[in-house]
Amino acid sequence: MSGVEVKPGRRVVGSDLARHDAIEKVAGRTVYAADFALPGMLHARLKRSDYAHAKLTRVDTTAAEALDGVVAVYTAADVPRNTVWVDVPGQTLEVGALKARSNVLADGVVRYHGEPIALVAAESDDAALAALDAIEVDYEPLPVVDDAERALDPEAPQIHESGNLLAHWELEEGDAEAGIASAAAVVEDEYRTQFIDHAYLEPEAGVSWRDTDGVITIRAATQVVEHFRDVARILDLPDNKVRLITPYVGGGFGGKEDMTVEPYLGIVVALTGRPARMVWSRQESLQARQNRHAVRMRYRTGADADGRLVAMDVDILSDGGAYALLSALVLLYSTTCAAGPYRCPNVRIRARTVYTNHTPCSAMRGFGGMQVALGYEGQMDRLAAELGVDPLELRRRNFVERGDTLPIGQPLETTVELPALIEAVTERLEPPPEPSAPRRAVGRGFACNLQPYGRCVWLNDWSSAWIGFELDGTLVIRIAVPDIGGGQASSLIQIASEVLGVAPERITIHIGDSALNPLTGTTTATRQLYMSGNAVLKAARDLREQLAGVAAELLEVEPEQVEFGAEGVSVAGGERSLEFRELLAACASVDVSWHVHATYRAPKGVPWQADESWRGRVFPDFTYGCHAADVEVDLDSGQTRVLRYVAGHDVGQTINPQSVEGQIEGGVAMGLGYALSERLVFDEAQNLTGSFAQYLIPTAVEVPEIDTVVLESGEGMGPFNARGIGEPPIGPPAPAVAAAIRDAIGARLTELPFTPERVAAAVRAREEDADAEG
Amino acid sequence: MGEVTARIGVNGTPRELVVPAQELLLDTLRERLGLTGAKRSCDVQVCGTCTVLVDGEPVSSCTYLTCDADGREVLTIEGFAEQPEFAEFERAFDERAALQCGFCTPGFVLTLKALRDAGELRSREDVIQGLDGNICRCTGYKSIVEAAEMLIGEPAAGLRGER
Repeated sequence: MSGVEVKPGRRVVGSDLARHDAIEKVAGRTVYAADFALPGMLHARLKRSDYAHAKLTRVDTTAAEALDGVVAVYTAADVPRNTVWVDVPGQTLEVGALKARSNVLADGVVRYHGEPIALVAAESDDAALAALDAIEVDYEPLPVVDDAERALDPEAPQIHESGNLLAHWELEEGDAEAGIASAAAVVEDEYRTQFIDHAYLEPEAGVSWRDTDGVITIRAATQVVEHFRDVARILDLPDNKVRLITPYVGGGFGGKEDMTVEPYLGIVVALTGRPARMVWSRQESLQARQNRHAVRMRYRTGADADGRLVAMDVDILSDGGAYALLSALVLLYSTTCAAGPYRCPNVRIRARTVYTNHTPCSAMRGFGGMQVALGYEGQMDRLAAELGVDPLELRRRNFVERGDTLPIGQPLETTVELPALIEAVTERLEPPPEPSAPRRAVGRGFACNLQPYGRCVWLNDWSSAWIGFELDGTLVIRIAVPDIGGGQASSLIQIASEVLGVAPERITIHIGDSALNPLTGTTTATRQLYMSGNAVLKAARDLREQLAGVAAELLEVEPEQVEFGAEGVSVAGGERSLEFRELLAACASVDVSWHVHATYRAPKGVPWQADESWRGRVFPDFTYGCHAADVEVDLDSGQTRVLRYVAGHDVGQTINPQSVEGQIEGGVAMGLGYALSERLVFDEAQNLTGSFAQYLIPTAVEVPEIDTVVLESGEGMGPFNARGIGEPPIGPPAPAVAAAIRDAIGARLTELPFTPERVAAAVRAREEDADAEG
Repeated sequence: MGEVTARIGVNGTPRELVVPAQELLLDTLRERLGLTGAKRSCDVQVCGTCTVLVDGEPVSSCTYLTCDADGREVLTIEGFAEQPEFAEFERAFDERAALQCGFCTPGFVLTLKALRDAGELRSREDVIQGLDGNICRCTGYKSIVEAAEMLIGEPAAGLRGER
């Protein structure tokens, strides 16, 4: 149980209410996407490219189609509309301001290893696999671009006709050069992050069928129920002839934000008329689904003699891979967060993302806002060393506060509790332990961050929910929220219970269905508790008001005096009461309905324009954090072990403390994998990381005890003033571990991940330097 | 390819299954028997998501041939959920919120059951080392380790199910 106490006057918000989906999940009864089957369904598989960049000179499906059990083999020409347009509010040069393009099936050219070329539908999975082998593809290899710097060389092969520069953001506030020139101390460094995979345990999967009225229905693991529209466009159908159902999803982290199986399931059912199932293998998931961007960052940071930042010059170059997807938007997050949670009068930011022949990159937890933490926090540590100031004290002198504006023009309207977080995290730390053996060294590091929650304000984001009573007094919530494991659905039960009094176990929530439940937007961008939570809160309050009016008449009091409890309403502490059943009967007699549909609309902003002088609000708000890591480094092997970890965030108000702690603990574990072991390895753009035997995810043995500090400032834009917490914990682990390693071995590592080889090399270099000096 | 007959006890029910010699136990359970509690994830015996117990030992059913289970007892999460002892596991995971997406959870539960039945769940260190073959991407393990700590020791008297 958490140490958070339920606030006086609250029933369930802020309490460790058990999640409604837990029992089914423990018992293995939850029906995930791949667990579903229909009689007579086909098995669908994708033929993928063996080459990272090649012309397709021949794709011959004749032999495959002739195999027993093979029903159909489709190529690009068979897809009604083969082009997928992704709405990207960014500066994508290829197609204008707001859209990015990719293909459902490769059309003449493949641009990354694993790009889908053909789609097979067969009576059995074995027959489908045999068909993949029988498809004949002739490739004419093209030169490969596997380096972001090289992609910008005018002589480099061009991956798309528009050139290799996918998107860029540039801005300058004040005069960065003059600021640097005036600084008492200037530090400069380059930081590099790697490609990584979401590595959720549930591979991409779904089942599709043609339902009543010819509606193409797809039940798939996705974070975005609104992809039904994208599938409709691909199939050249009206939007209302495609329906997407999302069962409970086995992890997302951004990897199920772009479409995965959905288009292919739609094509098979639309063209064959038969139900179909598609499940990607782990190898496909690792090699051919979008990744987190690898980023190269150059930072020059200057401070005055008192340690106050005077200038920052940031150059960001990210590798977007072969298709644009969400890269421009990811880059906007990097641009917004590049200076960190620090006040600085002169800032220049130049951010570019380029096409290469790597697997396309797109959304992943932190979404561009997290990579830059390695840069801005690394710079704060360097600057502290340069000035001889304690690293936390240097941060305190520079934190942004309410009323400040980030360089991009983003106003900060809620409290920034970073000083309090530093204090709380520091209090939890124990004295650093002694090294456990000779030739081992221990060190401690800190990192702070900011991460937006909610979508860009100019997207006019909204969420809607339906809440209604059943005649027996139980409650139903209908909302098309995809629950990807964070407790997205159970938090909504908690919010409805808080307002309406109905006991949580008497509430049923129907989620994730684009046809039957009100749309509420994507489970991405740390927006779901914030947005859907506000929608449910609004609906619950509207419903309460509606019922309170009727109850007040019957109980002969003012509506405000009506109290809502687990079984019904009452006045004066239970002196007179009505069961919900009785109240609903009374409502019927006076034509008051006992259900409502409500919509919450996020704050709006001036739309971004393709103009370097654009400044404005990008996000609704931010969540801030401070983390601390104790590590021990083996000086010979370079193995780094995290001994202890403290992670603090201001979440405004917890709805469910265990869910908040779970997000923080899980984010830290994922962040430690990023810091120390995870990476996708490419050789000339061939993705060599096809299995979890090569892609090293931390287990219980590697993850230390994580102590969470949950600070409740009472300020946030979500329900009951909550802030989002899904993505924020992913930023600090890598810079905190970098600082701890630096503290342990005296050498600074700037390229992720900090593998034993890299750490050992840094130790050797340092010891050789010392020998040379000695 | 040749077919073989495998006589397997599945969750206490004797089954006679005629399957291709190369069929994996995970596919037999999921596709033939409709037991989808064991999940396919890594395909290479790394992540533990497909864990089932064969004669009480945890195995990765994604790399275990069905024919090799001939003459053995297989326990899946569906079978374990019917046993009285399961209530303890359910309560521990529920109370500690030891799951998020839940995809890995049956594998963790069965691994812990096997450890406990073998008398190898005596300490926090046992828990951590014993779970090194199970990956969870959501929780950061803390809550799972805490849930497992509630299960340390012998099953409560009278609750021990059949193996």
